[in-house]
Amino acid sequence: MKIFTNPNYDFLRWRWHALALSAIVVAAGIAVLIARGGLPLGIDFSGGTIVVLRFESPVSEESVRNAVASIPGEKVVQKYGAADANEILVRLPQMGTEQGFNLEEGARQVLSLVERANVGKFEVLSTEVVGPVIGADLQRKGILATVASIIGITIYIALRFRFSFAVGAIAATFHDIFVTIAFLTFFGYELSLNVVAAILTITGYSVNDTIVIFDRVRENFRTMRRDSLAHIVNTSVNQTLGRTIITAGTTFLAVLALYLYGGEVLEGFAFTMLVGIVSGTYSTVFIASAIAIIMSGRKAAARVDSVPTSDNARGKKPARRAKA
Amino acid sequence: MNKNLRWKVVTILVVLALAVWAFWPPREKVHLGLDLQGGVHLVLRVQTDDALRVESETTMERLREELARRNIAIQGVSAESPTRFQVQGVPGGQDAEFRRIADEQTQGGFNRQSGAGGTYTFELKPNVVVTLRDEAVKQALQTIERRVNELGVAEPVVAPYGMAGDQILVQLPGVSDVGRAKEIIRSTALLELKLVEQGPAPTREALLSASGGSVPAGMEVVSGVDADGFVGQPGGTIYYLVRRTAAITGRDLRNARPSLDENNRPAVQFSLNQEGARKFGRVTGENVGRFLAIILDGRVQSAPRIDSRITDEGRITGSFTQNEAQDLSLVLRSGALPASLTYLEERTVGPSLGADSVRAGIMASLVGLGLVAIFMLVYYKLAGINAIVSVAMNLVILLGFMAYVDATMTLPGVAGFILTIGMGVDSNVLIFERIKEEIGAGKGVKAAVAAGFDRVFLTILDTHVASLIAAGFLFQFGTGPIRGFATTLFFGLLSNVFTAVFVSRTLFELALSRRQAATLSI
Repeated sequence: MKIFTNPNYDFLRWRWHALALSAIVVAAGIAVLIARGGLPLGIDFSGGTIVVLRFESPVSEESVRNAVASIPGEKVVQKYGAADANEILVRLPQMGTEQGFNLEEGARQVLSLVERANVGKFEVLSTEVVGPVIGADLQRKGILATVASIIGITIYIALRFRFSFAVGAIAATFHDIFVTIAFLTFFGYELSLNVVAAILTITGYSVNDTIVIFDRVRENFRTMRRDSLAHIVNTSVNQTLGRTIITAGTTFLAVLALYLYGGEVLEGFAFTMLVGIVSGTYSTVFIASAIAIIMSGRKAAARVDSVPTSDNARGKKPARRAKA
Repeated sequence: MNKNLRWKVVTILVVLALAVWAFWPPREKVHLGLDLQGGVHLVLRVQTDDALRVESETTMERLREELARRNIAIQGVSAESPTRFQVQGVPGGQDAEFRRIADEQTQGGFNRQSGAGGTYTFELKPNVVVTLRDEAVKQALQTIERRVNELGVAEPVVAPYGMAGDQILVQLPGVSDVGRAKEIIRSTALLELKLVEQGPAPTREALLSASGGSVPAGMEVVSGVDADGFVGQPGGTIYYLVRRTAAITGRDLRNARPSLDENNRPAVQFSLNQEGARKFGRVTGENVGRFLAIILDGRVQSAPRIDSRITDEGRITGSFTQNEAQDLSLVLRSGALPASLTYLEERTVGPSLGADSVRAGIMASLVGLGLVAIFMLVYYKLAGINAIVSVAMNLVILLGFMAYVDATMTLPGVAGFILTIGMGVDSNVLIFERIKEEIGAGKGVKAAVAAGFDRVFLTILDTHVASLIAAGFLFQFGTGPIRGFATTLFFGLLSNVFTAVFVSRTLFELALSRRQAATLSI
């Protein structure tokens, strides 16, 4: 079975359209982001208190909200888990300082208030209390890890391939990160530790796909010496198209199972991965190679400056534009 | 089967056996993280300033007493900050002698600076500050460890945490009474027995009226709950004027255990070590008939009368419940914390949520594996079996790795497993597509398989290195659960190189060795 039989699409012709589409998605993401005052931070980064309660019988969010009304600050009370789970999540903002022991005061208050309000019998599923020191620490580390891994991957690709390819791969990676964040914003997810982990995984995954194409480009340099870089790249994208789609498909299936059955805690993670996989595939085909060619510049629009092959053919023949 | 192929099969079986041996039985060998088995995760900060303050103040006090003994009349001493204290009004003529005594008492731990009017400022040396802070954290770690062990928690974690050097991570799997655990961990448990000089009195003013309204040098005011209504309403506050220097402290204890007082109320019985017994014997012997305040964490628990010389045993009475008496004995046995603790982070996962997560994780893994398997079989037909075998083996090896390095399985770690399924198959797809291409280009089946694996190997290496870089930084950055994810991802990628390339190729060769195949089901 084959998805594509000898595909021969001229992807590079669409490169400016693709770049424009991506720019629109990212710009829309940024606009929504600004309108909402930034990506909502999960408790890991913002600090605060989350208490999840499981009631024995169904309760309304309203009754729990009323019960905890006397706690100052902006509170969130919402259903948690499956629709029939009778689980309620209560989130409180960061309170006071860490001096003294009042960090856990909020969680204690929620429990005693809900108990006193006679909403129903409940058990505490989980409690999370994160102080500002930890929140700030994790924010710093999260940014650091993302930047460091991008730099690491750039260096590796630059060593294994060439600099303009590294730029293409990294541009695609940044593209995927921005698109993912844009979709997180559209769907109202918050930035939690798990989501950051997913974004970091996406950086690795997105580059994976790109490397497969670049590898093929490198291989085709040897056999298609007389062709233009654009033509070689386009051929390589076409040759690897089947596997690009299929690998994305299998990973997508696995993560889809996680999204559907993995439970509430991993939902944000799975959603981020799903978006990242789709965006990663798209950027591999449309963005990475386009940028690599643009970056290779006018001087190399025809020939390649450092083909890993014997040099005798270099520059002998004038450029021929790809016709597909 | 040729010899080469036989060796490959043996290698695969040995690796498989090792992996299974490493994680079997999984219930014992695979550690579940707190998010899967329930428990509490705490990050505490040691207020190391406390330790510095104690050092500065005891040195200041020692110097003041020594100066009084040598008849050098100074105006006073005062603590300026946790690391600094001042001596005011040293008489000009006794400068040299003061310096000599000061150097003797500060034992080289302080920098001395003189100012106008006979004022001297003593500042803890920076290297001493560093040592004191380190020691405080180290002592706190040991103390918490002892307490956690006494709580009887299986596989607790007590470890330094973070970059700042003053944070401690405590993980207590399976603990349900979080409140009690936290109380026990953070109670400073500083026990001091001090001679009462004045009191008790119902107010601070009444207490100090005898000494002209101010606290005399070398003494301090402490308070506690007046449970029996000694000086006013039961339950009100009661004040004592006590000597600043303690007769004995918690350090002099040998043991502590819950007991009952003469009215059959819960109390804590303690015994002293040799040095403590000697000190206590001297103080009680010299002060028969006076009162001795038993002070815990700055609060007076009780102030019994010294009836006779006591050497090795004592009893703390107060208004305890039986449980409180038990917990107090526990913390006294484990020793005082050198500094107070504050909580930076607390995450509690109830056991039922943990069980839910395990169920959800297993469900998602099975569904993920199922979906991928169906796809591979439909798309690659018989070669799909090859991919499924290599992915399944990848998971087995991954589990073996995890158990072998004692890594913890967390909920994000389960996500790593599922990703390993998805991404592991990627390599198979890459190879299969290449084989199809080679067959399409007119190569024979065996040659196509060989070319497919050879050509793709570098690509697989490159993609895996890129992913490993990301996973490595994720591990570096991650805490607890995220670290679990990075670990599974990392080892999953490593073993995938083995299964997708070596195992899968061997399977192809096995299938092709039996017959002179002209076609391949791919």
